[in-house]
Amino acid sequence: MTLELQKPRPIWQIMFSTHHTDIGLLYLILSIAFLFLGGVLALIIRAELFFPGPQIIADSMTFNRIFTVHGTTLIFLFILPSASAVGNYFVPIMIRYKDMAYPKLNAIAFWMIPPGGALVWLGFADFTWYATPPYSIISAPGPAADMWIFGLKILGISSVLGAINFIVTIMKCKHPDMSMGQIPLLAWSFLVSSMIIVVAIPTFAAALLMLLTDRLGVSGFFNPAMGGDPIAYQHLFWFTFHPEVYVLVIPAIGMMYEIIPRFSRKPIFSKSSGIFAFVLLAVVSFSSWAHHMYASGMSFTEKTVFMVGTLAAVPASGMHVFNFIATMWNGRIKFLTPMMWSIGGIALFFSAGAGGVANAAMPLDFTTHDTYWVVGHFHLFVMGTIAFGTIGFIYYMFPYVTGRMYNETMGKVHFILSFIGAILVFFTQHMLGLLGMPRRIFDYPEIPSWIIGNQIASVGAMIIGVSMVIFLYNLIYSSAKGKPADIHDPFGLGGTYYYPFEAKTPHHN
Amino acid sequence: MGHHSNWPEWLYVGVIIALMVWVGAEAWNVERLVEHVPADAEVIIVTAQQWFWSFEHEDGTKEIGTLHVEAGKAYKFEIISKDVNHSFNIHDYVVLMDAVPGRVNTVWFAPDKAGEHDIQCREYCGLLHYNMRGKLIVEEPSR
Ligand code: HEM
Ligand SMILES: [Cu+2]
Ligand SMILES: [Cu+2]
Repeated sequence: MTLELQKPRPIWQIMFSTHHTDIGLLYLILSIAFLFLGGVLALIIRAELFFPGPQIIADSMTFNRIFTVHGTTLIFLFILPSASAVGNYFVPIMIRYKDMAYPKLNAIAFWMIPPGGALVWLGFADFTWYATPPYSIISAPGPAADMWIFGLKILGISSVLGAINFIVTIMKCKHPDMSMGQIPLLAWSFLVSSMIIVVAIPTFAAALLMLLTDRLGVSGFFNPAMGGDPIAYQHLFWFTFHPEVYVLVIPAIGMMYEIIPRFSRKPIFSKSSGIFAFVLLAVVSFSSWAHHMYASGMSFTEKTVFMVGTLAAVPASGMHVFNFIATMWNGRIKFLTPMMWSIGGIALFFSAGAGGVANAAMPLDFTTHDTYWVVGHFHLFVMGTIAFGTIGFIYYMFPYVTGRMYNETMGKVHFILSFIGAILVFFTQHMLGLLGMPRRIFDYPEIPSWIIGNQIASVGAMIIGVSMVIFLYNLIYSSAKGKPADIHDPFGLGGTYYYPFEAKTPHHN
Repeated sequence: MGHHSNWPEWLYVGVIIALMVWVGAEAWNVERLVEHVPADAEVIIVTAQQWFWSFEHEDGTKEIGTLHVEAGKAYKFEIISKDVNHSFNIHDYVVLMDAVPGRVNTVWFAPDKAGEHDIQCREYCGLLHYNMRGKLIVEEPSR
């Protein structure tokens, strides 16, 4: 394993490198930077909503731009790149190959992200992360909207290039002695999520182009004034983005599959059921996209079909939870920071899924749809499950990246504060949804229960904010001044049947 | 791997599947009943536009922002939009339906007792989306 920060190198050497761990490091730094940028936007939103009436933002347009860029940033510039960071570091090592299959393509895929991100941030569009027409055609102010469209186009292509690279690396470059069944679950998670990307993204890529030409006035695909159908866009969009939510969550589950057995000092309960559940999730993820559109005027039959498709994904998600619990059962668990984040993430994953089932049941969705319930639901996944799994993994890989240990106490405090904060924010948002508070609103009427709910949520968000400052300090301080790590067993877990980290540098001589 | 028996997992998966079948069947049944519009429902045309609601009753009466109905009657909303997508929502009565330009979406409800309820927009529609609110006033039956 390359110890980037232990052996100082000029920055340009890392930037122009095509080596998988260097690209991994670039992905890691970029994603952490955007985690903080996007997080600051979230804190601004929560501060604004602390009281009814305008607080710190002068007008609703600015607010609308902030939540649009917040969502876009954390999905495309934090979650996806942070998964790529982990994949770049570990997939080649786990399949025992010297690098990714196409190192130059790997570098290109990474370097498409900064310009894509810059377009999103410099434009600061307001049409929400799903850019629904006809608003996005006739009402959303340019050039922000056009910059967002181009930015997403670039980010989408980067995603597809990265996915192709992972698929080829795993399928074609794995060590000839290795069967597919021997590939660790973390690498499997990248194989499966990459396959979803390749199938799902082109639809949205097409929709983006159609949206752009609609905005230019040369076509009317989604513009009813020109005979187009705005609902068609919603189908194209969700055909990409429902599967995409599994693209986001599957690598995070893969990371937990790496951490849970190691810190339970027990092999995974059933690797084959883990693989099976991944593949099943990938397949059924394509059967449920229109559960986001129950209220768009679909027929009873259509709604029923998509409800069944949605409920069909639940057993596969449940199998992962079972696998984690069965692995920990009777294990000699060592509660260090990475393990705490994983366990917390699993708990929130479970509660998020339970809420998802309520959304899926059509009559209930008319209560929850487009309220804060949905905001709470998907944040339990994107923050509670994915960010938790990923942050735990960042702690886990910290010694391998830097050669030093992070500060364990700060790591634990970070977890405890974030966990409390997440419950305060996202459970309360579910309640606010049941009370009828719509999402994406700059201001709300003075309904006492709404005020209290918003204040609890805002306090929770501030607690997460504080914990993240501790995280940042820990990362920066420990990578420069942390205790040197015992690179063979940094967490003192002992045992020999775990993944041999020494074998991770076959190419290093 | 494979040395331990896997029956607890199969049992667990079986329980989840059974639960999902139950949730799905219940939801299917309730939705089927809820969508059945009574034959005598009065039609109210709901027009959404940035950023207010207007209503037109069967007898031609028009209202803006505030909608008056009578308790004990059934009403069918025909929802249209003049510009972008909106979503017509009376949360207290679980009335929610998108207003999509170029389409007529319908939803019905039957207020049971007199009172005042909020009408709001639940689909992002731009600048004043947060303030696209109205009032539903349910009056005592006239007869
Ligand atoms: C047990 C599995 C799940 C079920 C049954 C489920 C169900 C649903 C349903 C029915 C909705 C639509 C709610 C509405 O708009 O009214 C929804 C929204 C959403 N879900 Fe899930 N979901 C599940 C897992 C996930 C996962 C794993 C993720 C992310 C990693 C996720 C992310 C989202 C997002 C981002 C939205 C809303 C997007 C938006 O409107 O902005 N869900 N979910
Ligand atoms: Cu979905
Ligand atoms: Cu609106």
